[in-house]
Amino acid sequence: MSSVSLMNPDDLGRRFLARLRPGRDGWLTAGVTFALVIVALGASALLLTMNGASPSASLSAIWDGSLANSTGWTATLLNAAPLLLVAVGAAICASAGTFNIGQEGQVLIGGLFGAWVGLRLALPGPMMVVAVMAAAAVGGGLWAGLSALMYRFRGVNVVVSTLLMTFLAIQLVTFAVSSPWLQESAQGSSGIADAQSNPLPASALLADFGEYPSLLVNAGLFIALIAAAGAALVLSRSRWGFRVRMVGLNPLAAKHTGVRVSVLGGFTLALSGAFAGLAGGLLLASPVSPNRLQAGLSDNVGWDGLLVALVARNRPLIAIPVAFGFAVLRAGGDFLSATGVPYFLVDIVKALLVLAFVAPPVLVSLFRGRRGATPSTPSPQPVVPTKKMEAAA
Amino acid sequence: MSVLDSTTTILSSGVRLTVPLAFAACGEYLAQRAGAMNISVEAMMLGAAFTSVATASATGSATAGLVVGVVTGLVLGFVHGNLSHRAQINTFVVGLVLNALVLGLTSYLITTQQFTSHQVGVLSIPLLQDIPLIGEPLFSGRWPAYLLILLVPLTWWLVTRSRWGLELRAVGENPQAADVAGIKVNARRRQALLWCGAMAGLGGAYLAVGEVGSFNQNMTAGRGYIVIAAVIFGAWRLGRTLIGCMVFGLSDAMRLALPALGVTLNPQLLVAAPYLLALIAMLLFASQHREPAALGRPFQRGST
Repeated sequence: MSSVSLMNPDDLGRRFLARLRPGRDGWLTAGVTFALVIVALGASALLLTMNGASPSASLSAIWDGSLANSTGWTATLLNAAPLLLVAVGAAICASAGTFNIGQEGQVLIGGLFGAWVGLRLALPGPMMVVAVMAAAAVGGGLWAGLSALMYRFRGVNVVVSTLLMTFLAIQLVTFAVSSPWLQESAQGSSGIADAQSNPLPASALLADFGEYPSLLVNAGLFIALIAAAGAALVLSRSRWGFRVRMVGLNPLAAKHTGVRVSVLGGFTLALSGAFAGLAGGLLLASPVSPNRLQAGLSDNVGWDGLLVALVARNRPLIAIPVAFGFAVLRAGGDFLSATGVPYFLVDIVKALLVLAFVAPPVLVSLFRGRRGATPSTPSPQPVVPTKKMEAAA
Repeated sequence: MSVLDSTTTILSSGVRLTVPLAFAACGEYLAQRAGAMNISVEAMMLGAAFTSVATASATGSATAGLVVGVVTGLVLGFVHGNLSHRAQINTFVVGLVLNALVLGLTSYLITTQQFTSHQVGVLSIPLLQDIPLIGEPLFSGRWPAYLLILLVPLTWWLVTRSRWGLELRAVGENPQAADVAGIKVNARRRQALLWCGAMAGLGGAYLAVGEVGSFNQNMTAGRGYIVIAAVIFGAWRLGRTLIGCMVFGLSDAMRLALPALGVTLNPQLLVAAPYLLALIAMLLFASQHREPAALGRPFQRGST
């Protein structure tokens, strides 16, 4: 019966995650990664040249838009915070061996919940922004929690269900912003409603530190940094974090030591959704968006945040610089598109860079395997055959 | 416009929207039966749509575009297969990255290039096309659509009747046992992805040089994911998968046609229908073990 195979979180996710842990061939992997990054950047430059654009001008445009002055830094830091939150969530649930790829939808649902609370509730002072953020986190957590429940009770593959739920979330938010629920003013006006919500009241927005022309830091950045540091600490030092990692490495052993594997796996999935939802709240309440809920609010932050976690190999602290790097590309890409080179170039560079970071450990272990040496990644012995699990119960 | 005419219009549009899905679904069905959960089918369709339009524009022949579209799908299937079933990179990561890469690449190139419009010809079957209601939708389409009459039975035969297909299914259900029996598990999965690439490429190229005649940014707009939803909805059976494609194609046609007919129905519900139905199907089927047991699981000898 399937009830036992439900006890362990996604096998395929864990298999993959085992590969992402640093192996013994650290230097070789680093070398291959470096070479592949050069190849990726070279290919992007070649593409630019073939289309009559100048790679050096594009590079300097990305630099100008992201790191050259305080406006650029402001944009970069604004972009980095939600990416980091999404990546931290992905890392937590990956540590428990569950692979969530639905962050894009969870970000949107977080934005939806945040906007609903922000527009409908009137709380005094700082309570308001706290309520918006909490609602956003709850929204994302519930959305991912649905996938966790479907897995727990019906054995629906988490990767596929989180992916499909993303497209549902996009339509749900499109529906919500085109309906009068979030728009008090649209009801009386012409029949055609704007495809966006009313703007959030000022009391629901995250505070900015700094003046406009100079560097401006949004409170969201501190939330994201605290989340990353907290997640790293909890995963590596707390009893709960130890259980999470145990479930990720060997669910059968974890089960025999008394860990409720399915509950913990489902909870980390919901938690990662909550982080993505919080990122949606950040997007909604910081100057990176027009502070209105739109179907385009997430703007690929969910997908990019997942890529950040992949490049950072699911370590929350490593995710900080990686998220910053991705934010440089995002902020620089906006500036780049103003110089006539399409923003899509940045998407190409991002995809190639992710391949350059994800492929090397696997390539190195393949290379070692071919030569008959010991595999560099710790052998995936933790992986428990599903059939055996089923027979055992 | 009479009710009959508008029904015919919706049916025609539904058939036109179903055909690309059906091509790609034949490929995705075969790949999933081999245990390869291929989410880069979106990249295959989009990439093929772009190269087919580019080739048609360069050579002046839409048929050449169709062929190059199939080749593009094959190339992407080759890349995906080698990255995830030789180098053993997680297949979902490869799929996500390929989808992002192809979307970025085609969006970038379409803003820098100009293409002339080419379209394959319409093939009308005499007499049959005069049948009221269904004559025009079914028997007056672009000629590559009729390839389905060959390719659907071929896919069915390959999977359920050929030795290769038996090995594919063994690989999808129990790779360890298949490996012991001497079947090259990852080679079979790579071959399945090649078939998937060719079919998804044909679907994408059909969409571009068959129906639309040009390329626009992100023109497949998630059709690859709808194909995956169709295979799940069809519970990994070819016939039901194709019925799923028809349902999703028709719901897309309804979404486009209903405003013109003055019917107000929630468009988001129609867009969301494929994903919703696939999720419901998964909720119903998952515990019945309808899916290939090793779907989406990488195989490495000695590791499980």
